[in-house]
Amino acid sequence: MADTLAQHKPFIADGGHGGGIIDAAGSGDPGGGHPHGASRRAYRTGMWFSMLGICMFFLAFTSSYIVRSGLSDDWVPVAIPSLMWWTTLLLIASSLTMEKTRRALSSGHRAELNQWLGATLLLGFGFLVGQVAVWRELASRGVFLTTNPSSSFFYLLTASHGIHLLGGVLALLYIAREAWLYRLGPAKRTLVEVTAMYWHFMDGLWVYILMLLWLWR
Amino acid sequence: MSHASGAHAVHAAPTGFIWKYIFSLDHKVIGIQYYLLALTAVWTGMILSLYMRLRLAWPSAELPLMGGIMTPEQYIAMVTMHGTIMVFFVLTTAPMGGFGNYILPIQIGALDMAFPLLNMLSFWVTFVAFIVMLSAFFVTGGAPTSGWTGYPPLSAVGEVAGPGLGLGQTLWIVSIALFCVGALLGALNFITTTLDLRTKGMTLMRMPLTVWSWFITSILGLLAFGVLLAAGVLLLMDRVAGTSFFIPGGLVISEQIISHKGGSPLLWQHLFWFFGHPEVYIAILPGMGAVSHILSTFARKPVFGYKAMVLAMSSIGAVGFMVWGHHMFISGMSPYTAIAFSVLTLSIGIPSAIKTFNWLGTLIGGKIRLHTPMLYSLGFVSLFVTGGLSGIFLGQPSLDLYLHDTYFVVAHFHMVMGVAAIFGIFAASHFWFPKMFGRMMSEPLGKIHFWVTFIGVYAIFMPMHYMGIAGHPRRYAETSGVEYLGALQPLHVIITIAVIVVIAVQFVFLFNFIWSLFRGEKASINPWESTTLEWTVPSPPPHDNFGGKLPVVYHGPYEYSVPGASADFIMQTSTEKVPDHH
Amino acid sequence: MAVLLAGVIAVITLVSMYLFSVEAWWMPPYISEYGQAYDAHFHLTMIICGIIFFLAQLGLAYAIFRYRDRGQKVSYSHGNNTLEVVWTLATAVLFWGIVLWGTHIWASVHLEAAPSNAVQIEAWGQQFAWYFRYPGPDGKFGTIKPELMKESSGNPLGLDLTDQAALDDVVMPIVAVPVNRPVELILRSKDVIHNFFVRELRIKQDLVPGLENRLHFTASQTGRFEVPCSELCGLGHYQMRTFLDVKPEAEFNSWLQENAPQY
Repeated sequence: MADTLAQHKPFIADGGHGGGIIDAAGSGDPGGGHPHGASRRAYRTGMWFSMLGICMFFLAFTSSYIVRSGLSDDWVPVAIPSLMWWTTLLLIASSLTMEKTRRALSSGHRAELNQWLGATLLLGFGFLVGQVAVWRELASRGVFLTTNPSSSFFYLLTASHGIHLLGGVLALLYIAREAWLYRLGPAKRTLVEVTAMYWHFMDGLWVYILMLLWLWR
Repeated sequence: MSHASGAHAVHAAPTGFIWKYIFSLDHKVIGIQYYLLALTAVWTGMILSLYMRLRLAWPSAELPLMGGIMTPEQYIAMVTMHGTIMVFFVLTTAPMGGFGNYILPIQIGALDMAFPLLNMLSFWVTFVAFIVMLSAFFVTGGAPTSGWTGYPPLSAVGEVAGPGLGLGQTLWIVSIALFCVGALLGALNFITTTLDLRTKGMTLMRMPLTVWSWFITSILGLLAFGVLLAAGVLLLMDRVAGTSFFIPGGLVISEQIISHKGGSPLLWQHLFWFFGHPEVYIAILPGMGAVSHILSTFARKPVFGYKAMVLAMSSIGAVGFMVWGHHMFISGMSPYTAIAFSVLTLSIGIPSAIKTFNWLGTLIGGKIRLHTPMLYSLGFVSLFVTGGLSGIFLGQPSLDLYLHDTYFVVAHFHMVMGVAAIFGIFAASHFWFPKMFGRMMSEPLGKIHFWVTFIGVYAIFMPMHYMGIAGHPRRYAETSGVEYLGALQPLHVIITIAVIVVIAVQFVFLFNFIWSLFRGEKASINPWESTTLEWTVPSPPPHDNFGGKLPVVYHGPYEYSVPGASADFIMQTSTEKVPDHH
Repeated sequence: MAVLLAGVIAVITLVSMYLFSVEAWWMPPYISEYGQAYDAHFHLTMIICGIIFFLAQLGLAYAIFRYRDRGQKVSYSHGNNTLEVVWTLATAVLFWGIVLWGTHIWASVHLEAAPSNAVQIEAWGQQFAWYFRYPGPDGKFGTIKPELMKESSGNPLGLDLTDQAALDDVVMPIVAVPVNRPVELILRSKDVIHNFFVRELRIKQDLVPGLENRLHFTASQTGRFEVPCSELCGLGHYQMRTFLDVKPEAEFNSWLQENAPQY
């Protein structure tokens, strides 16, 4: 190392003088030194980009679906069980109750919050159970994963969505636990908001998948 | 661990070995973990390449651990594993997971990544993926023999098509899927951290080019790995669940009828390369960022055309998603789309050329200090130019008609995304080692390593261009099967000798790395007289990076040799005036 | 150090260029109608890339040498937008120009259909052998069935002998073609992806199971040319090789007759 290197010390690194450093402790942000609200914003940013990533995952399935249906001579469209329309209704309803939950939290109505949260969870579970019932119905009709490419995609898309939605249900369970322990104050607002974003996204994704399966036959 | 799940960057400094060094939430520890994982992986991949080279040069030699002469299937398994390990666990892992994790939060003035728990999770998922990948060597049938691109039907139909295509291939897919998950979580963290955790004054256009490169790379990763994950799920289903996404009907393998029908092998290629081409840039962009940064530091001169560099990297990223078809010119894809893909492919040469011009522009008029990181960065520029130019041949479907899948391709991608990216990693290693470990690496050892490696890689990969032009197909276990390849055998021997020398000198790097950890000269805060935030904190930085004080940024990252300034560099946190250069 | 690095870069550059220019390891002479255009465009690309290679590497070497640290004053500059625009446009014109200039070769291989008088031959790949099927005197390829594909019983392509059109199909492990006659290959695979590559024809094309890729060419010289598989197809990939036999028309016809099946 050249001598000149050792002699040169950066002139602000050794302390607060020189104006280059602010004292994090004095900035009134106990959560850390980040600009106020950074972590709240980070959760939202993170969620937006996760949704983008999930979109790419399902876009890949979509393009495969379209390509595969286009070149297949053994494509027998799956007749969508009527039960699926009902489960769809459940999911849409859960989106509404999720929205109610979010609003109840920001306006501080604890009892209301608990009701809507419970309803959302119930509807979410209902959807997943309904989904299993849909698979069982298809199986009883003799439509399995490997029956033909259309049914392969049917199971694949619905199961992939189900796994993603299960993640949302787990988040709701965590929120419910926090509510149960009276820890769901405005400080946890971000958690609920981000979960709501995800939940609505799952709702939209479901409608998209349903339309794909229904319309692109 | 009080804020384990939080986006709060400050988590209390952990106590106890396990929480401090194994399941750490600290981005610096996780960065080093990623780096060590990549180091393990690169030695694994390199030893595999040594075996391959020995087999090619002396086909009948008995090699240790192979139980005698290496079989063709062992050779192909090594081709597959070498490619997979190098692309995923080295070129994706070291620049992003390693240096990105360690340096990015400090360079933008953050106390940690946005989601520390997610960060830890992404490392451990990647780690498990690596273990699963290696385990493929030890199962019945051995490692997969379908190449790192895993083209079906070869990769989809199972053992009937050859050894390694049973459990080994399944483990390969599972490993890749896990890797995708880890990479997606990592990308999410990088993007959020860059967008939301920049300190006061750190505007986007004041971010070091390293940060830009990691940021753009993360966006590529987020968009690309989801697609590979989906493709991996489909391939796995074809293998284990009996679906026919990629397997067409009427296959007869070794006189056995395959029951699948109707699938499309090209569909996999489209999905794979939609990921695969951006992956090339995932490997090289962080190298470009680090090299731009280092060239400026050691030329004592601002980066030439900072905005052009940012634009060039962004457009490389964007266009990188529209060129995947150039891997498929001769696959049977529509010949019209081939033309569209070729024009887009050559378009990517434009920002690449801009970057090269700007690197030269940075050097010209500077005062170049040739420390080891600088040597590697200059080597990077040379290799990038060489590797990039062969891309002009391969990007043209007309010329690809002959060159496709020959050694010319091997030479091209090794130069540009293999060796150049590795040089970026070497440059970054020597550059940031003092910051990461508090000691300098040995300059003499670093220089010996550089010289032999630099000349060595040219000796290895230049001849491969000639072999490609002579029509040598890649992934051949030996040249005995085709008469005209006999004339190329001497080149194989020369290349292998060069490989042995280059691998031998990698021990110098390893020795330098380990020796310097304990015996290296103590590093000062800012040994390279650089300007960015990591050089304002102790080496190594404290747990929360800035010791409770957050930096405020007043300048762009490359204020070197500012006329009238008190030193030939102005820290980003300095309040010293810089003349407006706009 | 700077002098050394500049020197090494310059030497590497010049040696590499020399080894390209002597063409010691190179493409063999072409025998197809694409050859002349291919070689011309290959050389053009080589020359352009060679010039860029030379200028960029020597420029790098020069910068390292000229601006080595001798205590000189650094010229403080953040760049030059005019220069950025100029070299962006210059590269764009050059790169787009070169790709569009060469596209006619691709077009003649893939966008133009085979002439109607082309000899049709089916090329089949399997692990790790080639089979070529000629339609026989009736000019029609007979039905084939995967379940009949048995090399062990002498029917590698699964000809369905209940189909009249299949009875005169000639199946051979090498491909013979008449000289100066257009040939159309229909490329198919029994198992995994293979690749048909003849250096002298300057073309290659994948054989993808489930697809019928096509390739047409006219060989202008008689002789025997190697066909190495050029897509990884498994452990025997390196020895999956056959020959392209370009014969005078009469010889080709008698070759076909000699190998006609005797059922």
